[in-house]
Amino acid sequence: MSALLVESEREAANATYRSVVPAGESWIHEIPKGAYFRIVDLEGNQAVDTLFYNAHDYSDRYSAQDTIRNQRNIYLTTGTRLMSSAGHVMMTIVADTCGRHDTLGGACAAESNMVRYALEKRYMHACRQSFLKAIVEWEHGMDKRDITSNINFFMNVPVTPEGELNFEDGVSAPGKYVELRAEMDVLALISNCPQLNNPCNAYNPTPIEVLIWDGQDH
Amino acid sequence: MSETSVLWEETVEPGAAWSHVLKRGTSLLITDMEGGANVGAIFYNFECPAERFNLPDTLKAQHVARLTKGCVLYSDMGRILCSITEDTVGWHDPLGGCSNAQSVACKYGSAPYQQYRNHFHRNGRDSFLVEIEKWGLGPRDLTANVNFFSRVTVDDDGGMTFHPRNSMSRSHVELRAEMNVLVVLNTCQHPLDTNPKYEPKPVRLSVRKARPVGAADPCRRFRPENLRGFALTERYFV
Repeated sequence: MSALLVESEREAANATYRSVVPAGESWIHEIPKGAYFRIVDLEGNQAVDTLFYNAHDYSDRYSAQDTIRNQRNIYLTTGTRLMSSAGHVMMTIVADTCGRHDTLGGACAAESNMVRYALEKRYMHACRQSFLKAIVEWEHGMDKRDITSNINFFMNVPVTPEGELNFEDGVSAPGKYVELRAEMDVLALISNCPQLNNPCNAYNPTPIEVLIWDGQDH
Repeated sequence: MSETSVLWEETVEPGAAWSHVLKRGTSLLITDMEGGANVGAIFYNFECPAERFNLPDTLKAQHVARLTKGCVLYSDMGRILCSITEDTVGWHDPLGGCSNAQSVACKYGSAPYQQYRNHFHRNGRDSFLVEIEKWGLGPRDLTANVNFFSRVTVDDDGGMTFHPRNSMSRSHVELRAEMNVLVVLNTCQHPLDTNPKYEPKPVRLSVRKARPVGAADPCRRFRPENLRGFALTERYFV
């Protein structure tokens, strides 16, 4: 896959919001329609598990199946429109210096780690733990039912024509980023993945930076 | 198919929805009566529906982007809801999702009940929503679905292709319940179906008593991950 890499014209110095999210932490934040949202893979090969919700109706949320079917392609990159479960365009990817992102691999969980690796892995930190902590602290009545199939920015999960699927070494590198324009008011939820059992984080989870340009004049 | 005793059978009409709590130790045999059927399906633990089919966990635990005999359907809790114990098709689609009112109207035109009576056009998403509402569930409970009898392949660049005529007349797939599973189905066409006409197909359902799941069960031994998935499921019923 030779995706066209597209850089953003926005300057980090002009962002209205910037925050570094360490590995193993969550981040939850509203992004208004028209704003631009960038996620930077600061040190490279870091999976960023991400969900989006309609900020006014959390039952209308990012849908992996609707998104890939709508563009007839399983990989996300510049030009991808993130579709909601009710058929709305939530976000458009407007810049991408990595090239492709996954939305089939889902989030790691204590329970799925037990299945995938060993029953003893139950006590390792996992994305779903971070997601659940974040939505409890958000205090808007969200619960586990709202943790649906997510995007894994910077993660490489190739599917073969024979129908095999594998987690492989990342195609990202330090400073690579993806940038999205909000097409509606959204709530963004991120778990900066703590997985140590597969190459999704190159066995070394690292921090990311999130930036928002809030308004039409950037 | 497995040596089982048939408990009951029925036909799900074209474009219709169906739901049932398939008890642990029973199987559901689904037969494509005419060829070209599609069965959209989602699954919940009936005792605690917050535990439900998890598509990514199902794919990554078994390293697959297609479903066939030997594969199991995982819940988000590391347990197995159903196993695929028989399959004469060889490829069932976990990627394409379901149609919705907008996509069906766009593809096949408007066909409301007033003019068409029970031949009115139905769609996958609304069919799922109506059926799960009967069990006290709603839009937040709608998960990614499987499409039995349909095949969507992915090329090296990620492009998705729907393959017509994947399933022939009398093709069948058998699901064995490993928990008490709320199964929600509909026979709406696959959202990527290349047939330009609204032509959903009927399927025959046969609910049967399943044999106990032994140590050598092919689904248990399909992957090392499935050994652990069965162990966790069996613990739940201890």
